[in-house]
Amino acid sequence: MDLNDTPEQAQYRAQIRSWLEEHKSEAPVIEGDGAPTDPDEILAARRAWQGRLAEAGLAGATWPKEYGGQGAGPIENVIISQEMRRAGVPGILDVIGVGMLGPTIIAHGTDEQKGRYLGAMLHGDEVWCQLFSEPAAGSDLAAVQTRARKNDDGSWTLNGQKVWTTNAQFAAFGLILARTNADVPKHKGMTMFIVPMDAAGVTVRGLRQISGEAEFNEVFFDDVTIDSGSVVGPVDGGWGVGLTTLMFERLTIGMGGGYRSDRFAQAVGGDPAARRDSGVRHDLGELSAELEAIRWTGYRSISALQGGQIPGPEFGLAKVTMVNCAVKAGDLVADIIGPEALAEDGEFAYMISFLPGLKSAGGTEEILRNTIGERVLGLPPEPRLDKGIPFSELRAKEKEGAAA
Amino acid sequence: MNLDLSDEQEFLREAARGALSRFKTLEAAREGLEDDGARLDLWPTAIEAGWPGLLITEDNGGAGLGAYDALLVAQEAGRVLAGAPLLGPLPASLLLDRGGYARIEEVASGELKAAWLPARPPSELEESWTVDALSGMTRPPAPAASVDGGSATLNGTVAWAPDAAEADVLVAIGRTADGEPVAVAVEAGAAGVSIDAGWRYDATRSLATVTLANASGTKLAVSATDIAEAWYLTQALIAAESAGTVETALEVSVQYAKERYTFGRAIGSYQAIKHSLVEMLRRLENAKSLLIYAGFAFSDHPEEVAYAASAARSVAGGALDFAARQQIAVHGGIGATWEHDAPLTFRRAQLSRRLVGGTHDATDRVTEELLAGRGPASEAA
Repeated sequence: MDLNDTPEQAQYRAQIRSWLEEHKSEAPVIEGDGAPTDPDEILAARRAWQGRLAEAGLAGATWPKEYGGQGAGPIENVIISQEMRRAGVPGILDVIGVGMLGPTIIAHGTDEQKGRYLGAMLHGDEVWCQLFSEPAAGSDLAAVQTRARKNDDGSWTLNGQKVWTTNAQFAAFGLILARTNADVPKHKGMTMFIVPMDAAGVTVRGLRQISGEAEFNEVFFDDVTIDSGSVVGPVDGGWGVGLTTLMFERLTIGMGGGYRSDRFAQAVGGDPAARRDSGVRHDLGELSAELEAIRWTGYRSISALQGGQIPGPEFGLAKVTMVNCAVKAGDLVADIIGPEALAEDGEFAYMISFLPGLKSAGGTEEILRNTIGERVLGLPPEPRLDKGIPFSELRAKEKEGAAA
Repeated sequence: MNLDLSDEQEFLREAARGALSRFKTLEAAREGLEDDGARLDLWPTAIEAGWPGLLITEDNGGAGLGAYDALLVAQEAGRVLAGAPLLGPLPASLLLDRGGYARIEEVASGELKAAWLPARPPSELEESWTVDALSGMTRPPAPAASVDGGSATLNGTVAWAPDAAEADVLVAIGRTADGEPVAVAVEAGAAGVSIDAGWRYDATRSLATVTLANASGTKLAVSATDIAEAWYLTQALIAAESAGTVETALEVSVQYAKERYTFGRAIGSYQAIKHSLVEMLRRLENAKSLLIYAGFAFSDHPEEVAYAASAARSVAGGALDFAARQQIAVHGGIGATWEHDAPLTFRRAQLSRRLVGGTHDATDRVTEELLAGRGPASEAA
C-alpha cells in the first residue's frame, strides 16, 4: 500500500508545482473577495487563464501532441488537478469541451474538423457545449427527437430542443445529437453534428434552478441550417460517437473534491447541546464515515488508473454516496441552526438547493443502479419494449399509451 | 499511488482461504446452535497458519506483519462465517508484544493462547474507561486496578469477551484510582479469576464473561495510546470480518436473483431487487475503502487510527446489517428457514453489531474524533 508517487510521477508533479508557483499570481480570482462583479469580466479572465494553462501543457494534457496536448495518461491529469487545487487556482473554463468533446472529435472527426476546432477549443478562444439531453430524452438518451433533415445542397436543417446545457450562453459551438432517420430502431437513426451557436434560429435561454441561479440552459433550434461538413462520424452512426463522449465523461466526473465531513462537524460542534446529542452524533458519524469512504474510493480509482486499468462502473456509486450524504448533512446542520441556515446567500442554503438536481446530474441514481446491477453484478436487464421497433412507430405507440 | 495487495499479502489471503476451506464452517455454524460438540475449534488451524504471531515483532518470534494483513485474514474468516480466533488473541498479542511480556514467544507460536478483555477508551460523553454491559445501556467502568511495582491487582467484570473462554492468559485493562488505564497479563488459572464461557445467537463466536476478584498479574509496559489501539484494532477486525460476510451474502444473493423466475422473468431484472443488490455492493465498496484507510492509519498515521477504524466499523457494520436482511428478502420465505444459510449470516450480523462496543458506538466515535479535530489530516500526495 503506497500513497506516494512513482519517481516519474513525483518529477511530473514537481514540474507542475513549480510552474504553478511561478504563475499563480496570473490566475484570476473568480469567487469571494476580490472577484469581479461583472460576469463577462470573469469569463474573459477565465478564457485567458485557460490559454495560459494550455500553453504550459496543463490543459488537455491527455490530448495527443499533434493536437496541442502532451500525450499524457490519466494519472498525470489527476496530478494536474491535485496541484491546481493545492495552488488554489481555478481550473480550465471549458471542462466539457477539453475533457469530453475534444476527445470525441479527435476520435471521430475529419482532419478538417480537427484542424479547424481543436486549437481554439484548447486555448479557451472558443468554448463548447454538449447538446445531448432533451426534455424527453435524459436517462433514455437514444430517444432524442431533435430532427436533422438533409437538404438538396448537402446542408442540414435542425429543429428541436435541448436542455441541461452548461455554458451554452457563451459557447461558440455545440456538439449536437439529432435524429436523421426515424424509420429505423432508435439507436440506429441518430447523427452527431457540430453547430455554431450563433447560427440563425438558435435560441439560448437560462434555466433557473431551486437556488435561483441558472447553471444550465435550454437551447431551441428553429430551422437552423448547418453545412455538410458539420457531420461528426458516420451519418446515422451518432450513437457510437455519443458513447465515446460519455466514456470521457466518466473520466471527467468524480475526480474532483466534494463535501468534507470536517466542515459539517464544525457547524454541528458550534452548538454545545448538539455536540452532546446522541442522535446528532450518530447521524453525523454515519454520513462522515461514508464521505471518508469515498475519499478512499477515489484513491482506489487513481491506483487503478496507475495500474493501467479504467476504474469500473462501480466507482460511479461514489457519486450516489456523496449526494446522499450531503443531503443528510444539509438537513442535519440546518435542523441544528434552524431557519437562519436557509438564508439565501448562506453556504448551507446553496448546498441544500443544489443537491436535489445533482442527484440526477450525469445520470439519475436509478439509472446508475441499473447500469451497475447489469454491468458489474451481471443481473439481467429490465425487459424493454423499444427493441427493434422503428423510432416513428415507437413514438406513435407512446402517444397512444399516454392518451389512453 | 498503489493500493494493490503485495504478493505477500495475496499469498497470506490465499493461504487463509485455503486453510478455512478445509472445514464445513457453515454446517458448523448451523449445527453448533443445537450441539456444542459441532462447534469448530480453529485454534490449531490458526497456529498452523501463523495467525497468533501475525502482529508480534520478529524479534519476539512473530511474523511482524501489519494491521492490514490481519484485516485480510479476518475478511476471509468473515467470508465463510468461520469462528477464527482473532478478536481475542490479536489485540492481546499487540499489548503483550509491546509490553515486554516474558512469554511472548510462546504467545507468538500459539502454545500460549492469549485473549484481550475489551475496554473502551474515554470520550466526551463517557469520560472514563468502560467495558460492555452484561445487559442494558449503561456501560460499567473497566475493572479497578491497584498497581504495585511490576504487578497489578484487578477487581471487576468484563462481559462478552471474545475467545476468553479458552485462553491461557488474559490481557485485562484496568483503571487506576486516578483513572489511568493499565494493561495486565493475568493467568486464566490465577486466584480470583472466574470465566463464564458461552455464546449468544451466533454459535461461531466463543464469548465469556470474566470476573476478576483480587486477581493479580503482570503489569505490561504499555501506554494509554497502545491500550486504545487494541480497541481500535478490534474495531477494524470486526469491520473486516463483516465486509467478508457481506461479500459472500452479495454473491449468493446475486446468483439466486439470476436463477429465480417470477412472472416470466428472473427476479434480478426487477429494479426493486436489482437496486437493493447494488446497495449491498455500494456499502461493501465503501467498507473496503475504509479498511484500506484503517490499514494505512495503523501503519503510517497512528493519530488517525481511532477515526479510521471507527469509520470502517460503522460502515461495514451497517453493510452487514443491510446485507443480512436483504439476503433473506431476496430469497423470499425460504431465506428465513433453518436449513438456509441466510439465517446464519443474519445471526452473525445480529451479534456482531453488539459486540465490543457495538456498531453504534463506533459511529459515535467517528463524530467524537471529528469534533475533537482529529479527523482526516492525511492527504495523498
